[in-house]
Amino acid sequence: MIRIANGQGFWGDSVDAPFNLIEYGKIDYLTLDYLAEVTLSIMQRQKLKNPDFGYASDFIHLVDRCSGQLIKNNIKIITNAGGANPDSCRNKLLDVVGENIKIGVIKGDDIVDRIHKINADGISFENLDTGQSFEIIKDKICSANVYIDSFSIARALEKEAQIVLAGRVSDPGLALGPMIHEFNWGNNDFNKLAAGTLAGHITECGAQCTGGNYTDWSSVPNMSNIGYPIIDINENGKFSIVKPENTGGLINKFTISEQILYEMGNPEKYISPDVCVDFTSFKLNDLGNNRVEIDGVRGFESTDTYKVSVSYFDGYKASGQLTISGPNARLKAKLAADVIWNRLKAAGCTYDDTLTEYLGLSSCHGSINDEPESMNEIVLRLSVKDDNKEKVNRFGKEIAPLITSGPPGVTGFAGGRPKAQEIISYWPTLIPKELVKTEVDVK
Amino acid sequence: MIITLDKIAFTRSGDKGAHSNVGVIFKSAEIYEWAKSNITSELVKKHFKEIVKGDVIRYELPNLNAFNFILHDSLGGGGSGSLLNDAQGKTHGQAMLLMEVDVPNDILDQMND
Repeated sequence: MIRIANGQGFWGDSVDAPFNLIEYGKIDYLTLDYLAEVTLSIMQRQKLKNPDFGYASDFIHLVDRCSGQLIKNNIKIITNAGGANPDSCRNKLLDVVGENIKIGVIKGDDIVDRIHKINADGISFENLDTGQSFEIIKDKICSANVYIDSFSIARALEKEAQIVLAGRVSDPGLALGPMIHEFNWGNNDFNKLAAGTLAGHITECGAQCTGGNYTDWSSVPNMSNIGYPIIDINENGKFSIVKPENTGGLINKFTISEQILYEMGNPEKYISPDVCVDFTSFKLNDLGNNRVEIDGVRGFESTDTYKVSVSYFDGYKASGQLTISGPNARLKAKLAADVIWNRLKAAGCTYDDTLTEYLGLSSCHGSINDEPESMNEIVLRLSVKDDNKEKVNRFGKEIAPLITSGPPGVTGFAGGRPKAQEIISYWPTLIPKELVKTEVDVK
Repeated sequence: MIITLDKIAFTRSGDKGAHSNVGVIFKSAEIYEWAKSNITSELVKKHFKEIVKGDVIRYELPNLNAFNFILHDSLGGGGSGSLLNDAQGKTHGQAMLLMEVDVPNDILDQMND
């Protein structure tokens, strides 16, 4: 039996959660996920500006804070914090921990420098979701990373790495890698690989399986000290989800089931680089006391392609907000929106896309909610999108004037004029597995 | 009895590119069986008519008494290019809970036992 915790669901998640798991979780492994789909494009850009940057710097601070406990408790960390630059991330870590901790780096996921060559050699890279041609984005690419398999993580652990730094690997793979290593699972052990992948899927968003974002929120005790999840798994792939003692939050069959369905497509065919998982196959037993056990997960052979996450520059956008209060707030908000759009039109500014939203009334659910008879206040949110940066910035200059030249009771304009933000869009595609070679380097 | 879905189910939602997914977990096996012929893709499409521009597809997970609904083209294009306040469909699960359904009383009684 091994215990694998996840202390980070995304870049920006709790800074204390990983520390608490290291200190109090009684764990063997800690996984930390820092990469959302377009995070790597930001890191690529940091690396272009400075070749020593381009990784998740939060991770350096974490190791700096707890390297003593890592060594004392012999805890191994598996993370994608390496981002676009795992080598520099390791160098920075070595500055912090010296020779006391062995660090493994996994490379081969980053194909941004050769994606055009591979395309010229005949791989189409069409959009996996929409079928659109790669030609549309070819000249606007910011990053391109392959979701590589988890066996490379296991190889780094075999070479006795205590910290495994990857760039893009599948999120559940961070947890699957140590299982492959500890239990010696082979690439044909489909049911076991499927169990490990499911376990990693449940924990990959941190506290979202331990009572966070749970429908029955009022039943969750001590949310302020919510415990992050731990996988207890044996070599046959039977596992439980638990959390550290003396923490808040809640684990039951519904908190776990909700997270199983999170960002799910076809449940009978969840494709990872290692295996396809059938999410309709297993049994889930709520054992009480914040422990849910899962057994009987079935998997089958994965596809002969890896998924590639490509990001590309896709124009500019900006959003601005105003708060409208007092009698007839709804009507005044509508007038305020009309005034701003009319002024922009008069200034010759039209956009590829615009949006008017009323926060507090309908921005999330439209007319699914009944309209209230009156509202105390309402937040007007206006947004534009265009390839022309000047026009997007012009929009930002039209929000504040409304406070003195529009209806009464308008406030809440803070933080300066909204400025044009670059849009970095995501282009999922596929690459044949034989074109990707991963490298594991431990020192 | 006409009730809102939050009385009989839990939900969670998130994004899948330009689409969102809403997982719906029913509170008992009896309700799940009833839901198979009553909580249909068509009903969900109608409920989300302003939000979902494409089709709604339903997958069944009998092991969890759950459905997974895919709401096609429901995120203003999705990703960082979407202008929506909720560009990732994080709140679509909550919208689902507001759906009114007519559930036979005996099935509701069984759930509360």
